[in-house]
Amino acid sequence: MANVIGASLKRKEDPRLLTGNGRFSDDIQLPGMLHAVILRSPHAHAKIKKIHAEEALKSQGVVAVYTGKDLEGKIGPVPSSWLVPDANLKEAPQYPLAIDYVRYVGDGVALIIAEDRYVARDALDLIEVEYEVLPAVVHQKEAMQEGVPLVHGDIENNIALHWKAGEVADEIINDAEVVVRESFYVQRVFPSPLETRAAIGQYDAGSGELTLWCTSQNPHIHRMVLSDVLGISEAKLRVIAPDMGGGFGGKIGVYPDEALVGYAARDLKRPVKWIEQRSEHFTASNAGRDEIIDVELAGKRDGTLLAIRVKNTANLGAYLSTMGPGVATIDFGLMITGAYDIPHASCETFGVYTNTTPTDAYRGAGKPEATYQIERIIDLYAREIGMDPIELRRKNFVRKEAFPYTNAQGLLYDSGDYEKPLEKALETLNYEELRQKQRELSKQGKLIGIGFSTYVELCGFGPSEVAGAIGFQGGVWENSTVRVHPSGKVTVYCGTSPHGQGHATTFGQVVAEKLGIPMDDIELVFSDTKSISMGWGTYGSRSTAVGGAAVSIAADRVVEKAKKIAAHELEASEEDIVFENGKFQVKGVPGQQRTFQEIAKSANMAWNLPEGMEPSLEAQSFFKPENFVYPFGTHAAVVEIDKDTGEIELKRYVCVDDVGRVINPLTAEGQVHGGIAQGVGQALWEGAVYSKDGQLLSGTLMDYALPKARFFPRIESAFTETPSPVNPLGAKGVGETGTTASIAAVMNAVMDALKPYNVKDIEMPLTSEKVWRAIQDGEGN
Amino acid sequence: MAIEDREVTVVVNGQERSAAVEPRKLLVHYLRDDLGLTGTHIGCDTSQCGACSIMVNGEAVKSCTMLAVQAEGSEITTVEGLGSIEHLHPMQQSFWEEHGLQCGYCTPGVIMAMLGLLKENPNPSEEEIREGMEGVICRCTGYQFIVSAVQKAAKLMAEAEEQKEETLVANLVREGTHNG
Ligand code: FES
Ligand code: FES
Repeated sequence: MANVIGASLKRKEDPRLLTGNGRFSDDIQLPGMLHAVILRSPHAHAKIKKIHAEEALKSQGVVAVYTGKDLEGKIGPVPSSWLVPDANLKEAPQYPLAIDYVRYVGDGVALIIAEDRYVARDALDLIEVEYEVLPAVVHQKEAMQEGVPLVHGDIENNIALHWKAGEVADEIINDAEVVVRESFYVQRVFPSPLETRAAIGQYDAGSGELTLWCTSQNPHIHRMVLSDVLGISEAKLRVIAPDMGGGFGGKIGVYPDEALVGYAARDLKRPVKWIEQRSEHFTASNAGRDEIIDVELAGKRDGTLLAIRVKNTANLGAYLSTMGPGVATIDFGLMITGAYDIPHASCETFGVYTNTTPTDAYRGAGKPEATYQIERIIDLYAREIGMDPIELRRKNFVRKEAFPYTNAQGLLYDSGDYEKPLEKALETLNYEELRQKQRELSKQGKLIGIGFSTYVELCGFGPSEVAGAIGFQGGVWENSTVRVHPSGKVTVYCGTSPHGQGHATTFGQVVAEKLGIPMDDIELVFSDTKSISMGWGTYGSRSTAVGGAAVSIAADRVVEKAKKIAAHELEASEEDIVFENGKFQVKGVPGQQRTFQEIAKSANMAWNLPEGMEPSLEAQSFFKPENFVYPFGTHAAVVEIDKDTGEIELKRYVCVDDVGRVINPLTAEGQVHGGIAQGVGQALWEGAVYSKDGQLLSGTLMDYALPKARFFPRIESAFTETPSPVNPLGAKGVGETGTTASIAAVMNAVMDALKPYNVKDIEMPLTSEKVWRAIQDGEGN
Repeated sequence: MAIEDREVTVVVNGQERSAAVEPRKLLVHYLRDDLGLTGTHIGCDTSQCGACSIMVNGEAVKSCTMLAVQAEGSEITTVEGLGSIEHLHPMQQSFWEEHGLQCGYCTPGVIMAMLGLLKENPNPSEEEIREGMEGVICRCTGYQFIVSAVQKAAKLMAEAEEQKEETLVANLVREGTHNG
């Protein structure tokens, strides 16, 4: 099938999901299965004096109760997988259940196993824990001060890491014509996949194999880490990620809970299922962001930008999560110049322990924060020098001719044409007219705002050598096998692990195009460590750029071998064979041909293969990209604010994204929409609220505002295509662009609307009350 | 102290089914764990997300807000009772064509809730569809393609309805001629 790449095909994965035939974790029922619940700490910081589990154990249907002390020496601590170098990183061990101290509300204290999920939950109330409550610290800047409580007694000032990249001499800032300074808080939010986390363990005493179904975006990372934690050979641990109701980074982490379930299943020799409750999810699953970003942007009065100096104080929570240490350092700090050619840049990051749930990667991981600070400060700079924010952006964009371009922090942007999506977005908006209208309406007392975010994003994680250099405990290359059966039907095995992105379709499109066979002849296999030798999972918008590329290369290899067989059978030289639309054809000799299916049979039968050729038709690729990929684009928001109530209405949202070559425009647009909803959610509604003593006050869906359908206008989305030179597909990444761009676009629009009051910043989320107060306290009021 | 189990009998997707359950058991758990109908999902514990939406006696209901025993004798439709993989219901077909789902976790509930909406308002505007989704949460799609899917489904279902009527009229006419 030709021209499949680039077609808006319906997804292969949908019919089963639409009819209730999906198989999510909680759908798995095994004979003799037990149910687990975890008793969690109600205190942000306390010493565990004693745990009384006798009552619970006596209760009918309760099979076992484990405490941290019971497991000492039996399960190891769950380590972080991102050991950022040169950062004086101090990792405190996180045991699957707290042993002496609990360090955040939600910290695991006891594991209860029962015959039934209701009985297991009843038993939660039967365990009595004697705590000695200790003072807690919640805010990262407070946590660094002298004399505050220490989250881990031996880690001074609660500083988990201190990292620096780049250097900006004081003179550059001091001598600059213009310096704009602002402090932004990118608040803590929750990834909130609609399906919470889950784990099911099954131990086969005969083979010694432990199978763990769990909500993982990266089952092979889970296998690698958990085999170590549980002391089981990787060859005996099978991790399967079943259908998953989203992840958004929240299911990257290897959590203590999964280790506990695996342990219990092996210990009790019965299947054990653990399903996280939604309210439990808010404290037990990693949160995102929570970074205080102080920015200085220096330059000339004519708009030439010279230097950016940034300090990020990041709240890492009580323990280092799987990717936590890398987010506010590498992911953030190397991208602070955004789409602009700013010659000098530096970033200093403090990662701080607090008595809160750990933070980890959340959709965009560091890049939304980096984009947020540069896109916000550039607007303030434009305001300061009285220039249109678009003009200032244009003046400082990395030029099209400059690619590949090395930014001030040393990253090599692969390809780009930043003007193109900007032009297109302005056209869609009808920018000049819109500004005109804004002025007119403002005369009538209406507050209309137009905001932009011309972002660039780092994704497609990534080159292995770089991963090693930045302390990432993984190879992040990708793996794919294309296996051709005797009938010519194909199974493709992939090391990435989709959970809503639709890779069975998009990767299938790549194979269909390469092999010239129908989509229905292609089966994709993901997310099972037993059938896929290795892989690094789905996060950081890496799946298509790295995993899809591996698929593409493996398919090419299949064609290469098939061509040799065809040439042999047709008694032609290989160079004379053309492969088109699924047929191997001798150039210029019509009728002299073999179909892909015929060659598949020949290869598998091996009755007549070229001299020395091995049988079968199957190829594997381990693709190690030489660089990251850098999607970019322009997002624009138009808002109207009700002066009397502070209520914000999002009137329009226009985005033009350049994600390299688009495999399936329909699913790509779906990713953009979803990403935007999460970014707008952060700007306007979502936010974790902790009390001073570390209680999470926004700990249910009643208190935490996930975006609803009626909050959004129709998103006007388009793409431009600037291929990446980094992989054979020319693809970049699309999963995180929406979130990365939209937070700043919406905030800039609101700030633009509030310009008459000279408001420079309001802490997100922009509740009506905060906006109303800003208006009341603003100039002219 | 455990209270005795109670036999609960319902008609689900046209089939009579029963199971003995604890009186406190939620309807959603009864459907999923006792009857094996796992197409209905659970996304929260405070009745916000709508992932568990089903039809009870023709009305869209969040099945986590009801006890199984309260459903005794009722007629229930879950996503499994709509269409099959081979023959999708127009609502399912529209979700497929318009890319109204990503992870698919919210989808069965959203579909049931939207069928409830179309029952009350067969031709809703975009705004009415968005308002009608107040009781459901989708974290993946940003809702836009769900809106498109519901619009398409409304159209397909109206057409099907029309066709049904036309056939009915045609049959009546034929019968009339026959009788006359
Ligand atoms: S499970 Fe969320 S509303 Fe029923
Ligand atoms: S498709 Fe994932 S929550 Fe709706």
